[in-house]
Amino acid sequence: MMLRIKRVPTVVSNYQKEETEEAAAAARRVSGCGRNCLNKCCIQGAKLPLYAFKRVNKFKTEMGVHGHEVREPEPPVAFLDSLVLGEWEDRVQRGLFRYDVTACETKVIPGQYGFIAQLNEGRHLKKRPTEFRVDKVLQPFDGNKFNFTKVGQEEVLFQFEASEDGEVQFHPSAPIDVENSPSVVAINVSPIEYGHVLLIPRVLECLPQRIDRDSFLLALYMAAEAGNPYFRLGYNSLGAFATINHLHFQAYYMALPFPIEKAPTKKIISTGSGVKISELLNYPVRGLVFEGGNFLEDLSNTVSDACICLQENNIPYNVLIADCGKRIFLLPQCYAEKQALGEVSSELLDTQVNPAVWEISGHMVLKRNKDYEEASEENAWRLLAEVSLSEERYQEVNALIFEAIARGDDANGGVAESVIGEADAKPKSRGEVDAINKNSCPAMASGTPECLVLQ
Amino acid sequence: MDSQLGLIEQSFNNRYTLWVHEALDELPDSFTITDPSISGHPIVFASRGFLKMSGFSRAEIIGRNGRMFQGPRTNRRTIMEIREAIREERPIEVNLLNYKKDGTPFWMLFKMSLVFGKEDGRATHFVAVQVPIVSRKHMRNSGMSYSEDGGGSRLREIVFGSCRREVCSDSLLDLDRVLALDSDDTGLEIEDSCEASDLEKRKAATAIDNILSVLTHYSQLTGRLVCGKRCSLPGMGFISSSLYISLGRIKQSFVLIDPHLPDMPMVYASDAFLKLTGYDRNEVVGQNCRFLNGVDTDTTVLYQIKESIRTEQACTVRILNYRKDKSSFWNLLHISPIRNASGKIAYFAAVHTEEGCRNQDRHGLSLEMRQLSAIGAIKVAVRSLSMGAGPSKS
Repeated sequence: MMLRIKRVPTVVSNYQKEETEEAAAAARRVSGCGRNCLNKCCIQGAKLPLYAFKRVNKFKTEMGVHGHEVREPEPPVAFLDSLVLGEWEDRVQRGLFRYDVTACETKVIPGQYGFIAQLNEGRHLKKRPTEFRVDKVLQPFDGNKFNFTKVGQEEVLFQFEASEDGEVQFHPSAPIDVENSPSVVAINVSPIEYGHVLLIPRVLECLPQRIDRDSFLLALYMAAEAGNPYFRLGYNSLGAFATINHLHFQAYYMALPFPIEKAPTKKIISTGSGVKISELLNYPVRGLVFEGGNFLEDLSNTVSDACICLQENNIPYNVLIADCGKRIFLLPQCYAEKQALGEVSSELLDTQVNPAVWEISGHMVLKRNKDYEEASEENAWRLLAEVSLSEERYQEVNALIFEAIARGDDANGGVAESVIGEADAKPKSRGEVDAINKNSCPAMASGTPECLVLQ
Repeated sequence: MDSQLGLIEQSFNNRYTLWVHEALDELPDSFTITDPSISGHPIVFASRGFLKMSGFSRAEIIGRNGRMFQGPRTNRRTIMEIREAIREERPIEVNLLNYKKDGTPFWMLFKMSLVFGKEDGRATHFVAVQVPIVSRKHMRNSGMSYSEDGGGSRLREIVFGSCRREVCSDSLLDLDRVLALDSDDTGLEIEDSCEASDLEKRKAATAIDNILSVLTHYSQLTGRLVCGKRCSLPGMGFISSSLYISLGRIKQSFVLIDPHLPDMPMVYASDAFLKLTGYDRNEVVGQNCRFLNGVDTDTTVLYQIKESIRTEQACTVRILNYRKDKSSFWNLLHISPIRNASGKIAYFAAVHTEEGCRNQDRHGLSLEMRQLSAIGAIKVAVRSLSMGAGPSKS
């Protein structure tokens, strides 16, 4: 049996609507399809701003020599932050968005967690419901469907890549190196908040929606570079309400904490590379929180390995990258499956809220005025409780995740520790202590005993 | 930087007189005072006890933001809680892991309270008392609860393999041996959580009381009274301290205009704007922008601005403006409506840039792009901070 749900797809690009006509049009024209897109037809000679980030470890620099942040007295808005805001506002004034999201009413719902509700009546208009297959987390890329090579160049804000020489670089107008397949940041023309953008890793390679270590690291770098705890990145796997099967992360600004960030956590373990893994407590959706790590890559690899494990086991999931990349939430979910099996109440379905990463984090975009007026913590909770795996299934899934992390950690343990060794003068780190432990018990996967129960 | 230090001193002394420093220094406690109305929300006072505890000198701290004491093991969720308390202008008490100058982390009870202006109800200062938490033996032993909870133990076995059994075994001796391996004198292997005792909590509360009474007393000398509880509600045109903090991070020269008040006065002016025009903040806030115009200002441009405000549209104009010293400059002015959480226009933001001054910043972002990024940052701040947070979880 194949599981499908019907839903209104989100229009993320102004070129998404006329999907069928445009392919024919492209075939007819010689010099480009006329839309100035990212495809072969138009990309020759095209230029876009380029932001190249420093491939250093943000977390490490933060420790500084003395263990405290060495920073300017008043940290100004980070450069990447102002680039995103400036380019986005430019597209606002050029009228590229389907609506002004700052004119959409929004509020914090009274209660313990402060769920955030937005009334957005325009986001889903003018689009017919489409069928989506929800029982396969990994599906091959399909060039006939809408993908990000079809967006207009004016919808792309800039190219985002690691700097060659290790310094932050910005070129207001840089040629697109087709051979190198640039990663780009584009606007979402149906924003759910100010600054809503899409990070599309190696856009021209047409990767399907699927996490790999490099792409996840790129997303983490974006969060760290923006340096704004209110600029978060999110990821939805197929089956967890991603509508476009072309690898992408989303991001936007919301200068409030998300309920999920307020939820208490309980530490489960620390990995050999210093990544602390906790689980969410008192939150309607069960999930894991990843923090720390000796290096940015450690955190990135641990989370990627967990994601890869989930997608390979066909378990739909969502990821939230919060707090400048310092805290990452991983949430396996089963709502779409329940919906396809007819196990979700019509009351919930009627709200047409698709619980993707933002909704799970506590930011609810509501389509009906009635739902907005009646929004309550109880209602939000009821919806999210349906998203969560059962306790039993969650434990099974966690077992898979931890097994995968232990494997990945073991494989990389040697590398991480040798790097730590270089920073001599430093006292023994947890990793090294673990290494000592490990030597005495060769069969053990790296990990740190967690002997304290949080909260 | 120097001008900011001057601003800090001035702002503090104007409210409490010069002598307040001495009185605060007589208190034995470790605390800092910050001013949300100054860009960067800097520390404006640090007590002797705090300097002794942290190992920093006063000059290394004043003008900096409190985040300088955080480090890699500081709990991120706790930092978020403090950030929220500041945003919502409410007191908070949490256990926090901070770092000394030499890099040593240490646990302390962090208790923050607010000082409000009596006349206008504004949050004028935040007082943060920090009581070191004396490490107690039982905290280490609490590790035993590790094997008690059922849920995750199966997972741990998978991850840790056989080695974990050593730790999980009920022998305290074994546990101590493993933990001894973890501990070293730099304290890097510090506990992940820590609970303050009642004594420490009382100490913090008493310290807050004492500081507030000193501040209240000295504010009477200047007539600019403060109190520990908000005793009047801020009136129209009020900018909350959290909005001040957010706007303070935006380095461009800009002002916010409140179109709902009579004569559309400025309700906020950035530091860069004051620098550009040569005015003091109290000379411009509450005034209509027209004082920037002069004899040679083109009236058709003024009409254009008026129209854009009337039609609620963004516009960019080139206008001749005048500084306080009567010198004129060509102002590339960008004006945009700013909406609040209800989707209604709350302000108009006007970003001012002197034509001919460096056209690009050090990264090469164009002048236009910098103006637009300021507008973006203002939109995010105003929208998010007007969402009327309900009672937050604390």
